[in-house]
Amino acid sequence: MLWMLIAAMGIITYSLRLSVIAAIGRFAVPPTLARALRFVPLAVLPAIIAPDVLAPGGVLDLSAANARVPAAALAVLVAWRTRNVLATIGSGMAALWLLRAVLTRVGCACP
Amino acid sequence: MPRAALAAGARAVVPMLLGVVPFGTIYGVLAVAAGLPPAAAQAMSLLVFAGSAQFVAVQLIAGGAPAGVVLLTTLVVNLRHVLYSASLAPYLRTLRPAWRWLLAYALVDEVYAVAIARYGAGGPAGQWFALGAGATLWATWQASTAAGIFLGAQVPPGWSLDFTLALTFIALVVPSLRDRAGLAAALVAGAVAVATVGVPLRLGLIMAAAAGILAGLVAEARA
Repeated sequence: MLWMLIAAMGIITYSLRLSVIAAIGRFAVPPTLARALRFVPLAVLPAIIAPDVLAPGGVLDLSAANARVPAAALAVLVAWRTRNVLATIGSGMAALWLLRAVLTRVGCACP
Repeated sequence: MPRAALAAGARAVVPMLLGVVPFGTIYGVLAVAAGLPPAAAQAMSLLVFAGSAQFVAVQLIAGGAPAGVVLLTTLVVNLRHVLYSASLAPYLRTLRPAWRWLLAYALVDEVYAVAIARYGAGGPAGQWFALGAGATLWATWQASTAAGIFLGAQVPPGWSLDFTLALTFIALVVPSLRDRAGLAAALVAGAVAVATVGVPLRLGLIMAAAAGILAGLVAEARA
């Protein structure tokens, strides 16, 4: 079942990549669709990130105990200034671990 | 000529491997942590070969989402590849079908970026260049996945390594927010995703993506 799922994921992804390359001359991407496609990664990635950061336990958590919020905010700033993947991941993880250590010391049971 | 172009393509993606290696390693770690058998985790890298879609799929599978939801999400997350396909197609039309099928398999974000730059600049032997870039990226992705699978069992859950998923996506999306419409798409999608976090089967992700794309189109039309 898992293997069939992985194979189907592969077929879908490959079909998307091959689509226009294989059909060259037979169809073109309509301009409206092309405009919409530009926004796909810009919408999908934040849709994955936001709940992971703001609702790590499945419910919205904006309390001080949720160290993911300030850690992610720092990562956004670093990504914006440096455009560097490693610096972004490194600073976000370091902030998360540091804030957790501080919160544990002040006696909070954090997620 | 083919050999020079092949090597030039490989060199063009080298700076991007700095981002690919941790991404692939983290994918391997998370896939094993999510309960995927090591062979299945590696097979996903071979058959799907699409980082963000693999990350999300692993998360969904771990959460017990039905196959239909995993496939629909894969489709949405990878839709952007149609754009890459359309953009490269005019340059590949004179190639034999085998070439086109091969290059389509390697058409990931980084390879597309360097290939379209080469074609746009009128560089020779573009297909060999793209093959060099694609093969280098492919080998790196497979090797770093394997490294992550190997490390996977040894990483304690207390490290919250799953947070690297959000951080990796922040690193990918923030530099590409160049205009108001893109920012609108990102903010609306994020807000809808948080508001729909209780919706079953993780369908909130699809709803949020649709709302974000719509917001981007509306913002662009008004600009």
